[in-house]
Amino acid sequence: MNIWDLAVQPFVEFMFMRRALIGTTALALGYAPLGVFLLLRRMSLMGDAISHAILPGVALGFLLCGMSLPALSLGGLLAGLAVALAAGAMARLTILREDASLAVFYLISLSLGVLLVSLKGSNVDLLHLLFGSILALDNNSLLLLASVTTITLPVLAIIYRPLVIECFDPVFLRTIRGGGSAIHLIFLSLVVLNLVSGFQALGTLMAMGLMMLPAATARLWARSLDGMIATAIPVAVMAVYIGLLLSYHMDLPSGPAIILTSGGILMLSLLIAPYQGLFKRLLTHTHLEG
Amino acid sequence: MTAIQLQDLTLGYERHPAIHHLTGVFEQGSLTAVVGPNGAGKSTLLKGLMGLLPPLAGQITWHVGVAKFAAYLPQQAELEIDFPITVEEVASLGLWQQIGWFRGINQLLRTKVAESLAKVGLSGFARREVNSLSGGQFQRLLFARLLLQEAQVILLDEPFTAIDQRTTTDLLNLITSLYQQGHTIIVVLHDLTQVKQYFPSTLLLARETIAWGPTTTVLTTANLARAQVIQEAWDEQAPICGRRAS
Repeated sequence: MNIWDLAVQPFVEFMFMRRALIGTTALALGYAPLGVFLLLRRMSLMGDAISHAILPGVALGFLLCGMSLPALSLGGLLAGLAVALAAGAMARLTILREDASLAVFYLISLSLGVLLVSLKGSNVDLLHLLFGSILALDNNSLLLLASVTTITLPVLAIIYRPLVIECFDPVFLRTIRGGGSAIHLIFLSLVVLNLVSGFQALGTLMAMGLMMLPAATARLWARSLDGMIATAIPVAVMAVYIGLLLSYHMDLPSGPAIILTSGGILMLSLLIAPYQGLFKRLLTHTHLEG
Repeated sequence: MTAIQLQDLTLGYERHPAIHHLTGVFEQGSLTAVVGPNGAGKSTLLKGLMGLLPPLAGQITWHVGVAKFAAYLPQQAELEIDFPITVEEVASLGLWQQIGWFRGINQLLRTKVAESLAKVGLSGFARREVNSLSGGQFQRLLFARLLLQEAQVILLDEPFTAIDQRTTTDLLNLITSLYQQGHTIIVVLHDLTQVKQYFPSTLLLARETIAWGPTTTVLTTANLARAQVIQEAWDEQAPICGRRAS
């Protein structure tokens, strides 16, 4: 088997592989910068909670309308936004801190979601919603993925400056009247929107992986914010491509294959990244001793 | 001329007052130290002045002619210092009124940024990442950002906590020169020697005004003792009282 057969042939031969590649690449473009901001704002857990919260919404859509993309997406969108807002409110109004409120919400959401799906669907349906069915993306799903990325990137560009200030020094943003909580809400909405569009491809449980893992990898390679975003995007795209190939050749479920590939890239980066990699540390250590 | 007027001001959290019945004025171009025992409500007062905490009762009036935006430096803990951002970029945030969401930083503004970094003694640090700075250098950087805001009113909350002596002296001199340029400056402090040396006016606070005026008449032994007593007698859970300011 030559390199062509290994790396290109599957996409030439099969329509579903091409669709999967295009869809997930579109996802990766939006996911990577969002993940960088989630990481830097220490909101990984918030992202997790939202992605879990999408499940009962999607399940409700499934229960009412079957496997209909608009119904599933709308349900997911509403549930995701609701939990994002509710967790924030619970942390502000009660003694429970934000991490506890988030954990509470995503545990409830996950159980509720699984329960709702099992009321009507089979285990196969449940698996599809949890872990995605990337190889079954149709034109409508591709259109949804592309639209969401098309909305995400310009909006992120517009709120970029206040968002950076909000991450670095939120009190300063309030004192200069730069639009504090509005910025936060717009950013959260983008995260919800992207997780909803991604659930069909990667599954509600796996989608966060494509957001956080490339962002964490980028933190190891780049010093600046621009550099992180510029690193996270190709890392995410690379993970998508390699993950799809692995899933094709080894007959693995595609969502987990993509996330595990991102995980592999992260592990490798931990060893060799120039900024904070393990080898670099060992070398620096030797240098100091010498 | 009055810059900020307080009228029977009560501020607090969740309906429990932290300071109450404050009445008085900060004159335009004045340099005031806010001192008092721990928990006297000094930071709360600054948050109230900045509009970050709505008054439970009473009024804060900003007078015409005082710029709408005040510059405010809270206690350091609330910043995300691991954020990948350079010294130059942080200082540039002070240009917000000029650049807003979209406008670029032209050569003129770039020069201003460099000048303000020079004023705080951070020339040559422009490209450094903030997480590589020491505590003192970081505080200098926040002062550079503050200078670029060009605000008429400047509020500083314990700016010298855990800061080395040399930085403290430099920054105190910077505050003095801003005062001489006519800025209205209010600083929360706990070092009374600094207050006596650098600050013409003092507000001694212990949940209420103990004394407010020229530093020499405010920082008397009797006033300081009274502040301590009132602070220790404070009931955290007390409801808002009905007393009116005289």
